[in-house]
Amino acid sequence: MQALSSDTTTLQNVTTTERIPAVEGWFTTSEPYTLIGAKCTGCGTVVFPPRSGSCPSPDCDGTELEPTPLSRKGKVWSYTENHYAPPPPYVAAEPFEPYALAAVELEAEGIVILGQVATGVMAADLSIGQEVEVDLQVLYRDDEGVDHWIWTWAPSAPKGSA
Amino acid sequence: MATERDLVVLGAGMHPWGKWGKNFVDYGLVAAKAALADADVAWRDIEFVAGADTIRNGYPGFVAGSTFSQAMGWTGAQISSSYAACASGAQAMQSARAQILAGFADVAMVIGADTTPKGFFAPVGGERKEDPDWQRFHLLGATNPAFFALNARRRIDVFGDTVEDFALVKVKNSKAGVGNPNARFRKEFTLDDFAGSPIVSDPLRLLDICATSDGAAAVIICTPEYAMKKLGTLQGTVRIRAVSNTTPTYPQVRLELPDIATDSNSVVQAPARGFKDSIAYNAYEQAGLGPEDVSCAEVYDLSTALELDWYENLGFCPEGEGARLVRDGVTALGGSKPVNASGGLASFGEAIPAQAIAQVCELTWQLQGRSDGHQVENAKVGLAINQGLFGHGSCTILSV
Repeated sequence: MQALSSDTTTLQNVTTTERIPAVEGWFTTSEPYTLIGAKCTGCGTVVFPPRSGSCPSPDCDGTELEPTPLSRKGKVWSYTENHYAPPPPYVAAEPFEPYALAAVELEAEGIVILGQVATGVMAADLSIGQEVEVDLQVLYRDDEGVDHWIWTWAPSAPKGSA
Repeated sequence: MATERDLVVLGAGMHPWGKWGKNFVDYGLVAAKAALADADVAWRDIEFVAGADTIRNGYPGFVAGSTFSQAMGWTGAQISSSYAACASGAQAMQSARAQILAGFADVAMVIGADTTPKGFFAPVGGERKEDPDWQRFHLLGATNPAFFALNARRRIDVFGDTVEDFALVKVKNSKAGVGNPNARFRKEFTLDDFAGSPIVSDPLRLLDICATSDGAAAVIICTPEYAMKKLGTLQGTVRIRAVSNTTPTYPQVRLELPDIATDSNSVVQAPARGFKDSIAYNAYEQAGLGPEDVSCAEVYDLSTALELDWYENLGFCPEGEGARLVRDGVTALGGSKPVNASGGLASFGEAIPAQAIAQVCELTWQLQGRSDGHQVENAKVGLAINQGLFGHGSCTILSV
């Protein structure tokens, strides 16, 4: 009985564990989901992916960059749809299903960020200027059965709905 | 008018592009010997060897300058090895040019060769979490064609281009390539062929995207004095009017390979001239020439749609009007501004470190009137442009 109880606890721990990001520090893994950039404490410019060491502006001597949440919503700058499985290090599902990528402009930050589009939303469902927002989905499951999560761009309101 | 600072392309040589399954050094040797023969210069007389590196061939590929020098037989020449992705050849060219202009050498060889695997370009192996190239494949599956497709989609939705406009680029380039013995694909494609071509990255089809190839190219460059001694005249010699190796200016607001995001323009305003425009602009400035002076251009048509972008970056037409040039035949052989008369990457496929040098070989032969089967009439000024991963722009201008 003792062992069984322990197993159950472990199982519960796994199911309630926070989502494991496929890359550390680029996005939040609990709601509200946002991408995380870095903001220069000197000039205030932002950069994504977040970085440290030096402000990306050639006119700023800043060396301190702080993590900063980016706008949750943006507008599609362009998009495409992968029809063939990308090569490793991409972990492609088998059989491979085409999926969309979108480059999205965040107005406040003045930045365009590429991301996978939420599963099931294809190029035909997208248009330039369309509003999308950050969501999360599983990028791949590793050999130990652990899911690794990635940010996605998801339409704020599905086409055809109000 | 060319000046004393405008070096001479004394000879050019290539190993034909293809998929031959040999070591890249074998290809390089063929190109090196062909360039030396074309220049009528002995290998022992070469004072500086500038190699363009290939990353897929391990150690010898990373140090291409010495690899080719050893293969040809060590002579004690000075050396450099350059890696700048697709712009590696142009970087090697600049390395040799700068050495000569600094007075450290009179005659140099610039050489690059590659042998490529089939399929998508993939990053170097191993788990390299800090490498943006690794990140974009692992996290997004953002292949090179996916990036080309984002640009192509912008052209359709913003400028009103059609997928047929893109196909016309391939039709044009494949037609030119039929006449080029160094091209890999010497088959003329038609619009009908596109219907059966599978979509790789929407809206681009397989036929819109350039293949990867094996190949090698080399040029011998020298001072005008050296050429004068050799030839007795500078009349008809091909001169290097400009080599620009340009980086972007912050903030780089156009999404470019392999970056997952652009810079932010929230604090610093975007520069008036974008990155790809500036690559051409800097070369024009160096040469004292403008788009109106260009007789023919070799541009990096990694995708068909990308060729249309280059027309605009080169100032051949205003932004958004590139498709009109291909529709009207302006950029075809026989048009007023022939682009990729060699057949371009559409007919060659890309052999990365050799490609920018091959562009220079092709232009040299055009300016010398030696491009039988794909000759541009009365070519006086040739321009080659490309863009290497991670912000290596390159543009070379030659004149006769």
